Amino acid sequence: MASLAALLLLLGGCGALDLGVMNHAGPVAADQWRLYKIVAVVLIFVAGPVLLLVPLIAYHYRLDNKDDAYRPNWGFSWSLEALIWLPPIAIVAGLGVLLCDATHQLDPYRALPSKQPPLEVQVVALDWKWLFIYPDDGIATVNQLAVPVGRPVHLSLTSGTVMQSLLIPQLAGQIYAMAGMRTQLNFAADRPGVYRGLNTQFNGAGFQHQKFSVVAMPDREYRHWLTLRAADGQPFDDNVLKSLMQKSVAQRPLFFSKVPPGLFEHMMMANMQKEEAIR
Amino acid sequence: MSASETKHAGLNLGGTDAKTHAEAEHAIFGFWIFLMSDAVIFALLFATYGVMLPATAGGPTPTSVFKIGPTFAETLLLLTSSLTYGMASVAMKHGSPLGGIHRWLAVTLLLGLIFLAFEWHDFSDMFAQGAYPTRSGFLSAFFGLVPLHGLHVIAGIVWILVMMVQLRVFGLDARVKINLLRLGLFWHFLDIVWIAIFSTVYLPGLLP
Amino acid sequence: MTDPVWPMLLGRFTWDSLPFVRAWHNPTTNELIAAAAGGIVVVSGIAVLVLITVLRRWRWLWTEWLTSLDHKKIGILYIVIALVMLARALVEANLMRLQQAVAVGNPGFVAPEHFAELFSTHGSIMIFFMAMPFLTGLINYLVPLQIGARDVAFPVLNAISLWLTAAGAALMMASLVIGRFSTGGWSGYPPFTEIGFNPGVGPDYWIWAVTLGSLASTMTGINIAVTIYKMRCPGMKLMRMPLFTWTSLCTAILMIFAMPPLTVATALLALDRYLGFHFFTNALGGNMMHYANLFWMFGHPEVYIVILPAFGIYSEVVSTFSSKELYGYKSLVIATMAIAVLSFTVWLHHFFTMGQSASINAAFGIATMAIGVPTGVKIYNWIWTMFRGEVRFTTPMIYALAFMMTFVLGGLTGIILAFPPLDYIVHNTLFLVAHFHNMLIPGTLYGLLAAYTFWFPKVFGYRLDERWGRISCLCWIVGFYLAFMPLYVLGASGMARRTQAVMETAYRPWLYMAEAGALILLCAFAALIVQLWVSIRRRGANDVFVGDPWDGRALEWSVSAPPPEFNFARLPHVDQAHWFYDAKRKYAPYAPPIAYHDIWMLRNSAVAPVIGIASGAATFGLVWHMWWLAIFGLIVIFAAVVARSFVRDTHRVIPASEVARIDESWREATARAQPVPREIETSPANQGLALVRS
Repeated sequence: MASLAALLLLLGGCGALDLGVMNHAGPVAADQWRLYKIVAVVLIFVAGPVLLLVPLIAYHYRLDNKDDAYRPNWGFSWSLEALIWLPPIAIVAGLGVLLCDATHQLDPYRALPSKQPPLEVQVVALDWKWLFIYPDDGIATVNQLAVPVGRPVHLSLTSGTVMQSLLIPQLAGQIYAMAGMRTQLNFAADRPGVYRGLNTQFNGAGFQHQKFSVVAMPDREYRHWLTLRAADGQPFDDNVLKSLMQKSVAQRPLFFSKVPPGLFEHMMMANMQKEEAIR
Repeated sequence: MSASETKHAGLNLGGTDAKTHAEAEHAIFGFWIFLMSDAVIFALLFATYGVMLPATAGGPTPTSVFKIGPTFAETLLLLTSSLTYGMASVAMKHGSPLGGIHRWLAVTLLLGLIFLAFEWHDFSDMFAQGAYPTRSGFLSAFFGLVPLHGLHVIAGIVWILVMMVQLRVFGLDARVKINLLRLGLFWHFLDIVWIAIFSTVYLPGLLP
Repeated sequence: MTDPVWPMLLGRFTWDSLPFVRAWHNPTTNELIAAAAGGIVVVSGIAVLVLITVLRRWRWLWTEWLTSLDHKKIGILYIVIALVMLARALVEANLMRLQQAVAVGNPGFVAPEHFAELFSTHGSIMIFFMAMPFLTGLINYLVPLQIGARDVAFPVLNAISLWLTAAGAALMMASLVIGRFSTGGWSGYPPFTEIGFNPGVGPDYWIWAVTLGSLASTMTGINIAVTIYKMRCPGMKLMRMPLFTWTSLCTAILMIFAMPPLTVATALLALDRYLGFHFFTNALGGNMMHYANLFWMFGHPEVYIVILPAFGIYSEVVSTFSSKELYGYKSLVIATMAIAVLSFTVWLHHFFTMGQSASINAAFGIATMAIGVPTGVKIYNWIWTMFRGEVRFTTPMIYALAFMMTFVLGGLTGIILAFPPLDYIVHNTLFLVAHFHNMLIPGTLYGLLAAYTFWFPKVFGYRLDERWGRISCLCWIVGFYLAFMPLYVLGASGMARRTQAVMETAYRPWLYMAEAGALILLCAFAALIVQLWVSIRRRGANDVFVGDPWDGRALEWSVSAPPPEFNFARLPHVDQAHWFYDAKRKYAPYAPPIAYHDIWMLRNSAVAPVIGIASGAATFGLVWHMWWLAIFGLIVIFAAVVARSFVRDTHRVIPASEVARIDESWREATARAQPVPREIETSPANQGLALVRS
C-alpha cells in the first residue's frame, strides 16, 4: 500500500514538475533554472552544517551521557565567533555578486540578443482573461499567445482592471500588469509546443480559470496562423471591447481581426478617461 | 535616583519639584516615543504627497490653489502659540499663581482657534475652485496630509481645555504638571510638523 | 424598507447579510458551511455567556480579569484570544486544503468567493490575531518579571491595547455571522479592494480589524520599550537582561516604527473607500504601487516582530534545558539589533515583479540575503549553547531543535526568493506560500508553543502533561513537513497561490499530501487541548508552587508560581546576568528580605473595556455604514479618556503585613519542598525547587 502510494507520488510528482521551470523551453527559463541549480548547490553548504550539528550535538551532550566535559559557564570563544560570522558573510558576498550579475542579465525588460527583431505583442489583463494584441498584424486573441520558435518576443503589459501577474513557467518569469502603466517582458521559445500561462495574482471569482496557452510553432506555421486569424477573426469593434471588459471566463480562445491601432494605449488609459468623462 | 541624574529632553521640573520630576521621567519618555511614532505617520504622508504631486489628473495644480498670504499668517500664528505655551510651561515650573498659567493657556488656545479658522478658510477657498480631494491623486494626498495636522491641532485645543478645567479642579498636582509637560511636547511637535508642511507643501508649490 | 428610518439605523444590513438566510434560500454545501461557521460562533458565544451566568462568575470575571490592570492577567487574556483565533484559522486552512485536494478538474464544494474569504481571514487572523496577541501576551507577562519590575510602564494603556486587539478579533468573528469578509487576502492589495471592484462590506471588515490591531500594537510597542528602558530593577544593566527581554525590546522598537505604515496604508484605503479619495484607485492619478510600498514597509518588519520574540524564547529554552550559559550573549544581542535595523531595508523584495529597474531589485535582493547572516549566526549560537551542556529533551527543547533544523530550510528558500530572477518564477505561487509558512511555523508558532509549555508552570503553578505535549509537538512537526514540502514542488511547477480549483491532474498527489499534513496539524491542536484538559485534572500532582521547575536562569523563576500580584515582595538587586541561576549555586536565593514595605498597586479600571467595546461598536458601525453607531462609539471613547484623566484615586495599598503573609507562606513552602534533580524534572517529584550542584 505504502509502496503503491510512493509510486503514485513519484509518477504524479514528476508530471507536476514538467509543468514548471524544470522543463524549460526557452533561453530565459533555461538560464533561470541554471541559476536555480547554482544557488541550490551553494546553499547545501549553508544548511548542511546546521542539519548535521544540531542532532549530533544535542544527542551527544544529552543529560544521560556523563562521559563528556560539562562546562556550564563557558559561553564565548573568539575563534568560534569568527567561524560563525565570517563564512556566512563570505557566502553572502559571493552570492551577492552572482545576484547582481544575474539580475541584470535576466532583467525582464532586457531585450534578448538575436538577429531577428523581436515580435511585439501587447497584453491587456482583463477579468478573467488575457487579451493579446499583435499590433503589427492587426489581430488580437484572447487566451492564446502564438509565437514563432526561435524569435524573441517582447510583451508590453497593462491591465484593464485590477493588478494581475503574468507567468509562463516554462518560458519566462512573471511581471505585474497594472492599470494606467506599462510593464515589459522578454522571452523566446526554442522548441515547438504548447505551454501553460497563467495569472498568479488573485483577482476575483474567476481567477482559477484565468489560464492561457502559449503556442510555439515554426515560423512558416506561425505565418499561416496569422493569415488564418486575419481571415476568420471577428472584427474588433466597440461591442467586442465592451463584452471583453465584462467580468467573465473565456471557455476557449477567441480571435479578432481588424484591430484598431492604438488599442493598447487606449485600454491603458481607459480608466482615467472614464472617470474624467463623468466629471 | 536623584533629580539631577534623570533628565529628559525638553522642560524639566528638576529644580522646583523633584518628586514630580522623578515621576515624570517615564511618562515624558513614553510621550517622546509616541511622538516619534506619530512623526513616522506624518513622514509617510509627506512621502506619499511627494510622489503624488504630479498626479494632478488635469485638475488644479499646486500653483493654482495655494496662497502664500494666509499660510504665512498661519505659520506666524502657530509659532506664536508655541511661544505662549512655553510661557505657560515656565509659569507652571516656577509655581506661579494659577491665574498666570491660565492666561497663557487661554492665549495659546485662542491662537490655535484662529489658526484653525484660517485653515478652514483656505480649504473652503480650495473647494470653491474645484480643488476637492476626490478630484485627483495630488489633491487626495494634500487632503490626507494637511487636515491631519489640523485634526491634531483640534486634539491639542481640546486637551488645553481639559487641562484648564483640571487646573481649576485639582490645582497644580503632579498629574496635572506631567500632563502639561506632555501637552507642551505635543503642541511644539505640531509646530514642527507645520513648518515641514509650510516648507515642503506650500512654499515649493508656490514656486513657478 | 422604503421607510427611511431602517436604512439609517441598519446601514447596509439586509437579511441576506446573514449566512443562515443565505443557506435557507440556497442550501448548497458552500452556504451550509458558511452558516455552520456562523452558527458555531453564535452558539459558542451564547454558551460562554450562559456558563458564566450559571456559575455566577460575572462579578469575578469583571473584577479579577476584565478590569484588571495587572500585566500578568492582561498577558493571559492576550494568549486566550490567540488560542481561540488559532483554532479558527487552522480549521480554515484545513477547509482550503481539502477543497484544493477535492477540486482537481471540478469546482469542489467551496465556492470561489468563499474560498477567497477563507484565505483572507486565515492570513489576517494568523498574523494579526494569533501571532501578535500570543507574543504580546508573553511579552506582557514575562518582561516585567524578567527585569524585576512590578508592572509595565503604562498599565492603563496596556489594558487599552488588549481591548483594542479584542475588538479587532471580535470584528473578525462578526464577519462570520453578519456579512462577508474581504476577498483581498491578508495584504488587501488595491485596486481589487477599492470600492469600484469590491463594493461590499468585506474590505471594510478587513480595514478596521487590522487598523485596531495595528493601533494596539503601536501602543504595546511604546509601552514595552519604556518599560524596558526605565523600569529595570537596580543593577539590571542592559547587558544583563535575559535574551527574551532583549528580543522584546527589539520587537517593541519595530512595532513603534513599523505599525504606523500599516495604519497609514489602511487609513488611506479607507479614505478611498469612504470618501472617494484617489490614493490607490486606477483613476485620476491614484496608484496602487504606493500601497504596496506602504504595506510592505510594515509587512517586512512585521515578519521580525513575530520572529524575534521567538528567538528570545529559544535562547531561554536552549540555555535552560542544556543547563548551560547561553553561548555568545553579546553576539546574539548584536545579531538581534542588526536584524531589527536591516528589516527596514528589504521591503521591496515583496514586489520584485512590479517592473522597477534591475539595479533596484539587485540592491534589495542583496540586502535580503544580508539579513540572513545575523539570523544564521543565531542558529550557531544555540548549537554552541548545547555544546558541553546537559541537554534534556523536554517538549520545549524538542520544539527548539525542530525549529533549528526546519528554519534553516526556510532560510534556504528565502535566499532563492531573494534572487530576483528566481523570484520571477516562483513569486505568487505555492512556493512562496511554502516559504513563509516554513519561516513562520517553526520560527514563530513553535517558539510560542515552546514558551507556552515552558512558562505554563510559572503562570498557573503546575506543569503541563509531558506525554500529550510531546504528541502535540510531534504532530506539529510531522504535519508541517507533510503540509508544506509538497507546496514547494507545486510552486516550482507553476501552481498559483489562492487557487480555488485546479485544472492540472498532475498536481493531485501533492495536494493530497498537503491535505494529510493539514489534518495532522489539526490533530496537533487537538492534542494541545487534550494536554490542557489532562493537566488541569492532574494539577495537584504536578504542582510547582515554589516556582522553579526547570532550574531557570532569569528573575521570573525566583518568585512563586503563580507570582503574587506585586511580583516581588522586595525588588531584587542584581549584580550580574542570570543572577538567579548563580544565586542558587553561591548563596541562599530564598532568604527572606530584612523588612517588608507597603506596596502601591493600581486599582482596577473600567476604562479599557469601555474603550474596547466602544471601538468595536464604532468600527462595526463604520463597516455597515451605521453612522450613528460609529459616532456614538467615538464619543464614548473620547469621554472615557477624558473621564479617566479626572480620576485621582488610582492606587491602592497592599500593607506590609499582607505582603509579609503572602511572602512568608511561599518561603515556608520552599523550605518544605524536596529539591529535584534534572533527571526527574518531568515527574510529579518536581515541586519547583531545583537541586543544584555548586
